[in-house]
Amino acid sequence: MIALDRFSVRFGTSAALREATISVAPGDRLGVVGESGSGKTMLGLAMMGMTPGQGRLEGSLSVDGREMADAPEPRWQALRARRVAMIFQEPMSALNPLRRIGDLICEPLGVHMGMGRRAARARAADLLAEVGLPDPALRLRQFPHELSGGQRQRALIALALACDPAFLIADEPTTALDAHVAQRVTALLVRLAEARGMGLILISHDLTTIARATTRIAVMYGGDIVETGPTRAVLSDPAHPYTLGLLAARPAGIAAARPPGAPRPRLATIPGSVPRLADLPEGCRFAGRCAIERAICATRRPVLRPAGPGAAACHALEGGQ
Amino acid sequence: MTDPLLSVETVSRRYRLPRERLLRPAPVLTAVDRVSFRLNPGETLGIVGESGSGKSTLARMIMAFEPPDSGVIMFQGHDLARMRAPALRRLRPRFQMVFQDPYGSLDPRRSVGWSIAEPLRAIAADDPARVAEALRQVGLQPGDAGKYPHEFSGGQRQRIAIARAIVTRPALLVADEAVSALDVSVQAQILNLLMDLQETLGLAIVFISHDLRVVASLCDTVLVLQNGQAREAGPVADVLNRPAHPYTRSLLAAAGVSE
Repeated sequence: MIALDRFSVRFGTSAALREATISVAPGDRLGVVGESGSGKTMLGLAMMGMTPGQGRLEGSLSVDGREMADAPEPRWQALRARRVAMIFQEPMSALNPLRRIGDLICEPLGVHMGMGRRAARARAADLLAEVGLPDPALRLRQFPHELSGGQRQRALIALALACDPAFLIADEPTTALDAHVAQRVTALLVRLAEARGMGLILISHDLTTIARATTRIAVMYGGDIVETGPTRAVLSDPAHPYTLGLLAARPAGIAAARPPGAPRPRLATIPGSVPRLADLPEGCRFAGRCAIERAICATRRPVLRPAGPGAAACHALEGGQ
Repeated sequence: MTDPLLSVETVSRRYRLPRERLLRPAPVLTAVDRVSFRLNPGETLGIVGESGSGKSTLARMIMAFEPPDSGVIMFQGHDLARMRAPALRRLRPRFQMVFQDPYGSLDPRRSVGWSIAEPLRAIAADDPARVAEALRQVGLQPGDAGKYPHEFSGGQRQRIAIARAIVTRPALLVADEAVSALDVSVQAQILNLLMDLQETLGLAIVFISHDLRVVASLCDTVLVLQNGQAREAGPVADVLNRPAHPYTRSLLAAAGVSE
């Protein structure tokens, strides 16, 4: 189990992640959704013990019940690969271009699992088959540039799974891929999580991907988790004004298609833009862009309270509307 | 029926790939393969397809950045590939382009006003009043002309790129993944801006995108490209509600547009 309790990552006076409280158990599939600067990547990096060195950590972050917020690097190294693995958006930069796929996957098998060369090669071939790469024996001999974008992402997933992690953190794993390929890679992640009983933390800006792949959702804005709950319920009945605005701003899909020349209805918008880290408001991060803002919002930070199908951090939702 | 603003007639573009074997001829990639469409003044055509479908090659040919190998592209009655450089330069203010990445398309060392005036200088018509008007049209302040790109957010930079494209009062705007890099909440603002400009300026737009949701909300007609070939074309409501080609159906399913 990975559990964050009022966990913050601060840079000087600004918080890239502010008092995040969330937990993921093996078998859970958590979707973390947010726009640029929402803190979603920082949340993923924190779970890997990979927050930038100048960041100041506060609060509690535990993995399997052991406190890790102040853990030295060697303890994190022992956890990474074996317990928590991560994949990123751009598989080309995550795979060493000078090494063959087989050597890349065999390295952690030797280092962390103590496997011999022959056993590691066999295990690497099994992993490539598990992530749906045909002809694993050939793939083992290939270099990253010989694979397509989707195949590279699959190879990267195989590498992340090498030491049977209990948790896989996937940060925008399909953003660089075409829609067809993205859909198949997302389905693969769900299948792997279910088959292995592995916890999946899927970080994405794309609500469609999150809706397809996850059972729980955390909506982030400006470094805060502003709403959590069951994915389907939150997306169909959101409580927080930001979640509401985000869903409304999304083009409606084919329902919006009109005959040529017909007047085009405007999209709902959230006024203003995502604030920069240094300009974040002190209280509710959404203050200044919110339609139901109150006087208290600019100065006091709202905390997550039961609201709608899950929990939301909003002053306007407190005190029975 | 008026003449179309833009007509693309059986246009193809082939690229010679690097030789795989010394004594064999170099393989040829047909990036765009006999594509045709027409666009009327004030209308929006969406061009959709995955990477490698030929969308951007088609855009570059429409912008006369490169000529087709065969076929004809007519803009306002001019055959773009047959025009001499000076005549093309005089016509260019009538068709302008907006790119995906506003960071890369604005010079960070030049003021925003200087960048917006660039297409005006190309026809020796630099005029601060035109720059101020363009800034107002995209929802920024005339005073923003003196600021630099780093002082603006991503959405505001895309507004600046649009201001530069409309400062010459074009009849056609070619937008290549113009909202793809933007956050959802900002994307909606820019799409609304494009719709507003279209109505007030009578702009026609060629809107290239991989995002079917965005195309559905913005476009009148749509052209579906796969491997350089047009798989399906027609009014956006017809094509997306009753896709005739299996590729269009699979694109819709993958995008989750009906979910």
